[in-house]
Amino acid sequence: MYDTSDIRKGLKVLMDGNPYTVIEFQFVKPGKGAAFTRTKFKNLLTGAVVERNIRSGEKLEPANVETRDMQYLYKEGGDLVFMDQTNYEQVTISAELIGPSHDLMKDNLPCTVVFFNERPVDVTLPTFVFLEVTASEPGVRGDTSGNVTKPATVETGASVNVPLFIRVGDTIKIDTRTHEYVERVNK
Amino acid sequence: MTRAARGRVLAVDGELAIVRGERGDARVRARPGWRPGDLVEGDAVVQPFRGGDYPGPTTEVARLPRDRLARLAARGEAMAALRRFFADRDFLEVETPLLVPSPGLELHLDAVTAGGGYLITSPEYQMKRLLAAGFERIYQVCKCFRAGERGPHHAAEFTMVEWYRGFAELDAIVRDTEELVAAVVTAVAGAPVARVAGRAIDVAPPWPRLTVREAMRRWAGVEVAGDEPAPALVAAVRAAGIAVADGTAWDDAFFAAFLARVEPQLAALDRPVVLEDWPAPLAALARRKPGDPHTALRFEAYVGGIELANAFGELTDPVEQRARFEHDQATRRARGKPVYPIDERLLAALAEGLPPSAGITLGVDRLIMLATGAETIDGVLTFAAGEL
Repeated sequence: MYDTSDIRKGLKVLMDGNPYTVIEFQFVKPGKGAAFTRTKFKNLLTGAVVERNIRSGEKLEPANVETRDMQYLYKEGGDLVFMDQTNYEQVTISAELIGPSHDLMKDNLPCTVVFFNERPVDVTLPTFVFLEVTASEPGVRGDTSGNVTKPATVETGASVNVPLFIRVGDTIKIDTRTHEYVERVNK
Repeated sequence: MTRAARGRVLAVDGELAIVRGERGDARVRARPGWRPGDLVEGDAVVQPFRGGDYPGPTTEVARLPRDRLARLAARGEAMAALRRFFADRDFLEVETPLLVPSPGLELHLDAVTAGGGYLITSPEYQMKRLLAAGFERIYQVCKCFRAGERGPHHAAEFTMVEWYRGFAELDAIVRDTEELVAAVVTAVAGAPVARVAGRAIDVAPPWPRLTVREAMRRWAGVEVAGDEPAPALVAAVRAAGIAVADGTAWDDAFFAAFLARVEPQLAALDRPVVLEDWPAPLAALARRKPGDPHTALRFEAYVGGIELANAFGELTDPVEQRARFEHDQATRRARGKPVYPIDERLLAALAEGLPPSAGITLGVDRLIMLATGAETIDGVLTFAAGEL
């Protein structure tokens, strides 16, 4: 069991059967009152954030949560297969769990996978990926302002809105959190 | 400007080095092979160097952040101003032991054990014995220790100034506090203006005063009588929309409302506030107000939401003091906390006779935070817990 002195960012605890991670905490102690730690927890399954005051002396239950660095290997139907490079163990994770960014994943992409009770519950991609544009209509000549965009298809098959000056063969930087184009990368 | 420089290399950046010598820091032309930490003699001082703004990599000897170096200088100035303040008012500086057999017996303070005893959580008991022995105006600046306290405004080891006036009322301590804070902030910042989270707070005396009951009524919408049973206060706090569990103790229900509703309002004020007339269950070592048994002669000073000081019209009745100690012991035992022995010598001193007295303890580190604009206590400590 953990007590308040163990609270730190990233601590994984079990509350009401759900795994949470500490994202913020602050020690509070009125002069003549009881000390507690005002703590913000993020639910690792839903992403919901809750705030709770943990009193000194109160116990927190550790969650059986493990974070592993894994490499994306390949797609298999609606699932994605990852491998732990330290022991070559493979796990299959549904595209649904990964969310909209699953179509930005290229072979060998390093990811962080969170396991709760040995089941994968969350996958974090690198913030940015670099992908080659494989299909896009040419832009209208003369209109190169950044506000106008057109759809483009990248090598993983994902569709991303890009500025008009982007051409097939360009490599672009994409933010995996927003699924949005960031900039063109000169090779 | 050129002069010889002899000292220790703090940083090297290309052909220039910062050397700390007996006449201060200087930017010097570096000789080949100079490394941080070396004792060197140079001959071409480029310019005197102030403020610790080292251009090169941080080094073993200059690892403190540069804003900290300035604050440590401010700390020294603050301590000098503080001692001048008390000397000017004919207070005697005293030193009582830090290692004691019986630390402060308070429900919510845990002492650090050391050497078969405890480190003090405040020097209160021994200073009161000095009052009983006949000193009238005494002060002490010392380290105090409170186990498990670590946060933006808390460190397990911190510096307090505690002072007492015999034959005086609490109002005299209010005036001392206002003047001391104004004097120390002025000595450091040049004007009686404290800085908290980037805001300026005018600390010139006199400070606005507010009773605890009025603050709770105005901002929390909770009426506090001081003699109601805990479930009644819990119900009032819930009625104000603040979640508290069944069976919550009186003090915990009070602080749930106080921290949720009152403290943020205190933090928003652009003036300090003297929060006075605490309900009797929060009397600690204060005596009750004459003619009002549900109110204690106690105040806290808040500046920018920072709880800076706590003062009592001192309890001088040995019978009531023993009863409160025994109550605190019983509550600590019931909550599974360590139970500290009662300081019988303090009770004996009270029995022999303590003059009517008022006293206060003020957090010196927090005062220096206010004077320098530091946002955390670690920013004004010479070395914080994580730096040792």
